[in-house]
Amino acid sequence: MAHWIEPHPTGIYIRPADAWIDPSMPQARALVTHGHADHARGGHDHVWATRETLAIMALRYGTASGTAVGYGEEVRMGGVTIRYAPAGHVLGSAQILLEHAGERVVVTGDYKRRPDPTCLPFEPMPCDIFVTEATFGLPVFRHPDTGSEMDRLLGALHAHPDRCVLVGAYALGKAQRVICELRGRGHHDPIYIHGALERMCALYADFGVDLGELRPATGVPAKDMRGHIVVAPPSALNDRWSRRLPDPITAMASGWMRVRQRARQKNVELPLVISDHADWDELTDTIREVAPTETWITHGREEALLHWCMTHQIRARALALIGREDEDEG
Amino acid sequence: MRAFSQLLDGLVYTRSRNGKLALIAAYMREAPDPDRGWALAALTGNLDLKAVKASAIGEMIRARTDPVLYEMSRDYVGDLAETVALLWPKREDQPPEVDDGSLSLSAVVDRLHAVSRAAAPDALAQMMDHLDASGRFALLKLATGGLRVGISARLAKTGFAQGFGLDVDDVEQVWHALSPPYAALFDWAEGRSGRPDPEGTPYFRPFMLAHPLEADSVDLTDYAAEWKWDGIRIQIVGTGAETRLYSRAGDDISGSFPEVAQAFTGHAVLDGELLVRGAFQGGEAASFNALQQRLGRKAVTARMMDDYPAFVRLYDLLIEGDDDLRALPWTDRRARLEAFMPNLEPDRFDLSAIIDAPDFEALADIRAGARDAAIEGVMLKRRDSPYVAGRKAALWYKWKRDPLTADCVMMYAQRGHGKRSSFYSDYTFGCWTADGELLPVGKAYSGFTDEELKWLDRFVRQNTVNRFGPVREVEKSLVLEVAFDSIHDSKRHKSGLAMRFPRIARIRKDKPAHEADTVDGLKKLVV
Repeated sequence: MAHWIEPHPTGIYIRPADAWIDPSMPQARALVTHGHADHARGGHDHVWATRETLAIMALRYGTASGTAVGYGEEVRMGGVTIRYAPAGHVLGSAQILLEHAGERVVVTGDYKRRPDPTCLPFEPMPCDIFVTEATFGLPVFRHPDTGSEMDRLLGALHAHPDRCVLVGAYALGKAQRVICELRGRGHHDPIYIHGALERMCALYADFGVDLGELRPATGVPAKDMRGHIVVAPPSALNDRWSRRLPDPITAMASGWMRVRQRARQKNVELPLVISDHADWDELTDTIREVAPTETWITHGREEALLHWCMTHQIRARALALIGREDEDEG
Repeated sequence: MRAFSQLLDGLVYTRSRNGKLALIAAYMREAPDPDRGWALAALTGNLDLKAVKASAIGEMIRARTDPVLYEMSRDYVGDLAETVALLWPKREDQPPEVDDGSLSLSAVVDRLHAVSRAAAPDALAQMMDHLDASGRFALLKLATGGLRVGISARLAKTGFAQGFGLDVDDVEQVWHALSPPYAALFDWAEGRSGRPDPEGTPYFRPFMLAHPLEADSVDLTDYAAEWKWDGIRIQIVGTGAETRLYSRAGDDISGSFPEVAQAFTGHAVLDGELLVRGAFQGGEAASFNALQQRLGRKAVTARMMDDYPAFVRLYDLLIEGDDDLRALPWTDRRARLEAFMPNLEPDRFDLSAIIDAPDFEALADIRAGARDAAIEGVMLKRRDSPYVAGRKAALWYKWKRDPLTADCVMMYAQRGHGKRSSFYSDYTFGCWTADGELLPVGKAYSGFTDEELKWLDRFVRQNTVNRFGPVREVEKSLVLEVAFDSIHDSKRHKSGLAMRFPRIARIRKDKPAHEADTVDGLKKLVV
């Protein structure tokens, strides 16, 4: 089935279009699902992506020549009809629907099914081949309700007025989502951010995502940050950088925080299970909902999801894509 | 259950000792009775339900979920209880991850107390359905016995004391007059009743401890010398009706050495060294390695008592009948101890001999010539010293014999080579700086038995906090007594020290990490 599409370790190749989806090596023609570094690499000759993803790539890799593709807009390439649909993962994230020779293939990139105030929700599309991620493809990963996690974050903040809560969050997507969720829960105090987040937060604001008042955490006396939330990339949590903060409570927003040992390994005191990826229930529910003839499973814990598909009479295969899955980005 | 499971989570994630104490204190103040009493019992290791075997939990989850997915999950997560807690399938039409508040900690404890072993898995499954993931984790840990949240009984009691502005030693004194869920203790703490009366109960008294000898000599007219035996320091507390044995940390270890506890029927409190007799030593005291066969065992077999018969070598008499002797000079207590000896069974109790040396030089010769496997060094006790809690300067000194040893804290572990390639067998250990930081002082990969290696390997795997390629960083909680031939200045190491032929002399499970030696102390040994 669908011999015109080929999974390779370096990406998915669409033969009739001579184009790659999320290639990990520089290619002439690249279709990019979203801006995370394990999907969007620099160095391609020409990129097709959403306007937001192109802007994120330009921010990260400098200007690249690209064609902006709006959600729902159709692009034709060597007899293949290509359409981008929201994936609900981060700002600008898209699933890519490919139609050729009477067959429909959906490549999800990364996705989630929970509401996210910074991006449009995932749109299920019927297809013959569904290429899904499996970052949290084990039944132990069941993300709790986002609201309860945000309550724990605000609870810790209010219980310790002399300290600050340092939230480790991936610089693209998670950080802005956490800030937005806080605003949505009526937290309008200034939020301090690590320098590495500044440009991405500004980009989100340019696209109309209201993040409220953000202040740089650099060059601010520690006492001014007492009782406030500070957001930084995960790598800064145990770094010297965090020494400037007033007795921080170290939090981390990630789906990996579901497992105690993972949180302890990162010296996290307040693990927040907030993920931009589908959890086990979302993965299996989505496969059932999309009901493809065949499911291809890319990066993550492919084995368990493959087993689940087999026991539910769903044809499936695991693809070995290299270089995927940045542990910080859960 | 939610408040308790959140307390456990907090204790797991909170790094600082003060943070942990604050969490315990707040819980003890705020949780209702009798929940908080059961929680205190669980945290101090006095709640041993063991209603369910780990294998029954495995069966329970396999019956409710795909066994292949369960195995994959367990491989990924590592811990059985955590895997099952996370994996537990939600019921149809129920919101996921909600503790519905219908189960209190005391209701859980009551049910686990009452349930038969056969009915326990079903009872457990019913309770699981009402809890969220962290509640299920706490429930499974309670049901299988042992919370393993990395806090000692002492820390739990300290947290409790802090919650009510009490002195932890006061709590310790009344502790053994009480039993879970400690209604009398909370009544006292909150001023509803007087202090529980520990009299007539075999409660623990804080030990008197020694400083390492740093001076070149002491005057033997002021100090008596006695062997320092290489066993474990214990306190025998007898009320006449009941006898308990306490370790240095105040843990009741009577159950591990029932033959010793049963042999003491007197009404007194004694301080001594618990040792085992070895056939190789002609029935005399054997090395610490032999004693280790008996440590930490909950059930003791007749065979073990036969192979490793335990006895106590007595150092001191604290209380005899109703006479508290602790304020008396050592010389007087020693005379009372010698007079007390004929009351005791000679197989189980003997007297630690005083070393007869005319002067310090002669004592040094005797010490250097000592070849007894069970001798760790020499104790020097001021003849006029009262028996006081803790380490008081210039009263008691320990003067360990060669080789040099230091109590260090394991920091990192690395896999070995060859037949040890699956074991974490190379250990980097550190000592404390004046700022309270651990600095690596050496690395050792020998000195332990195969059994000890298995134990160490398990410790490393269960206490990993970080991985750097083949190296694991571990929780800084395990004290290793490291023996070494000499120690030198070194520019290669941050501590400025290098040990010659360091090896693991023994694993000090009994010693808290903060009591390990200091870098400054080691520097004084540099030759």
